[in-house]
This record gives sequence, C-alpha cells and structure tokens, in this order.
Amino acid sequence: MVEIVKEPEGYKGHGFFVTSLEKAVGLARKNSIWPLPFATSCCGIEFMATAAAHYDLGRFGAERLSFSPRQADLLMVMGTISKKMGPVLKQVFEQMAEPKWVLSVGACASSGGIFDTYSVLQGIDRVIPVDVYVPGCPPRPEQIIDGLMRIQELVHNEQFGRRSSPEYLKMLEGYGIK
Amino acid sequence: MALAIERVTERIKETFGEDILDVTMNYDIMTYTLKRERIIEVIQFLFDDAEMRFKFLTTMCGIHFPNEKNQLGVIYQLHNMVDNVRIRLKIFFPLEDPVVPTLTNIYPCSNWMEREAFDFFGIKFSGHPKMTRIYNVDEMDYHPLRKEYALEDATREDKDDSMFGRA
Repeated sequence: MVEIVKEPEGYKGHGFFVTSLEKAVGLARKNSIWPLPFATSCCGIEFMATAAAHYDLGRFGAERLSFSPRQADLLMVMGTISKKMGPVLKQVFEQMAEPKWVLSVGACASSGGIFDTYSVLQGIDRVIPVDVYVPGCPPRPEQIIDGLMRIQELVHNEQFGRRSSPEYLKMLEGYGIK
Repeated sequence: MALAIERVTERIKETFGEDILDVTMNYDIMTYTLKRERIIEVIQFLFDDAEMRFKFLTTMCGIHFPNEKNQLGVIYQLHNMVDNVRIRLKIFFPLEDPVVPTLTNIYPCSNWMEREAFDFFGIKFSGHPKMTRIYNVDEMDYHPLRKEYALEDATREDKDDSMFGRA
C-alpha cells in the first residue's frame, strides 16, 4: 500500500481516530495547495519544468494551478517585477482569499537581482509580504520544489486565528493592504 | 528612375538653405542637422513633395549629450518606401528650453514616441494631444535617461557596487 501522508498525532481505536482539528486541517491544506504562478521571465520557464512530468509538482498535491487569484492559496512570483508591475502584483495578492502564502522565486523577485536600475522593483517584499524566498538566477527546479516544501511546512503548522491576530493585521497594514 | 540621396540633399539645401546646419553620411544614412524652429516645415516638405515622398516615420527618439552646448536633441528617421531611401534628421537645443513642436499632425504614430522622449528626457512637445509619461510609473519625479541621474535605483539597500562592475 502507498503511504500518502503520515497520520497526525492522535488517539486511535477500532474504527475511529481522534486528533485536533488544527492538525487535520493543516494536513489537508498542506497537501492540496493551489498555486497561482505569476511568471514574468526566465524563472517562469524553470517553473514550467517544475510543473511538468519530470519534476512534477503534482507529487506535492499542487498540480492544480489556479489562474484566478480568488481560488489560489499560494502566490508564486517568478521573475523581474518592474515598478509599473508592482501595483498589479499587489492587487493580485489582495484578491486572494485568506489564508494565503507567497513564494518569491529567484534573485529578481527577491531583491531586483542584476537589474539594479530605476525601473525595477528591488524585491517584491516592498509591496507584498513574502513567506519563503528561493535564491538562484534562475533556481533549478529542485530549488523551487524545496521552496514549495518549506511553504508546505508553514501551511502544515499554521495556527488557527493567526490570520485575524493583531500582529498579522498590523503587518498587512504596514504594506497598505486591507 | 529611383530617387538618389544626392538629389534629396540638393532639394533640401535649395529649399531651406541656411537652416540646414550640417549634412553628413553616418552609417550609410544621410544625416541632416537643422534648426529646431524649422523641423516641422522641413518634414512637411519631405512628406508632401511629389519627388521626396517620405511618407513613413521609421522612428524618433530623444538624446542627451551632457558635454555639448545644446545638450538635448531629437532624432527623426524618415523612409521613402517607393524609392527605398532613408534619411535622418537631427535637432539640438539647450537643456533649459526643451520644447519642440509636435509631429503628430504629420505622422500620428509619433504620438507615443514623443511621449517616450518626454518620459526619458523631459523634452516637451508643444501641441501634443497628451504629453504624459508612457513607460515609467506616473509617480516618477525625474527623467531617468538624462545623464545627470544615476542609473541605479535610489531606494536600493543591499546591492554591492563591486558585484556590478562599479567602483
């Protein structure tokens, strides 16, 4: 038999299994992330390889790419984001429903990369909060998968109520996001 | 017989005389430097004349030479598609007075190119229907391709100059 995921800590008997709701929800969310690929350049090409059969994002339950932000759990930003694209990215993030996560793939999305110039946003964390950064120019698919697995870890350990906590709301307010 | 470039030079010189400041052959394209005030008249003549027939504006752009007296310039490239003749027109003017008459009444396609020249060099085109930025963010408060401004983003924090081939 194929073991898909390990069962969480809990109490098991004949015909029943008891665990905390938080653990069960975390497990379910972790293995059914719907990513929204926001690909603008070469990192996007690496992502295509990551999603295709050889590396296969589907092994992590994330093969259902969502091209609508309203249905997505994870925003994957891959590529150079110009200053003019900044407000667009922010709007996409705002349209996503909570809980949501952001993965910044590659040097450009994380810091502006080699584009040390007047027209390029020096890292997407200037407009939206980022959960995990993947370095590389561009990163190999293995690195993108590693980034996704770290997002999975965050999703798995997400505490109930964090998204409505004062700290979280204050952080969003810091970015001017309501 | 196809239009020869010598004939174009001859017609321009006989029509505008002193207003043509310089004529040189650059990279196989004849280049005419002229007075800013006459640019529209010259292009209108090249457009309308039955022999010249420069009905197509290939491109136009701004330019900045910080060491010249007339620092700013605009360069036009015209194309006669019937005879396949290309020419280049240049005008230069001081930084303090960057106003050029618009070309949109002759070539509507110059609309966006003039906005680009405004965006990057701050050259204002009088009579243009919408003289606003086109490529950069609206909040930008300078014209980034002017040489007095640094190429780098002013808000950067974590870039090491030595990694970018700069001292």
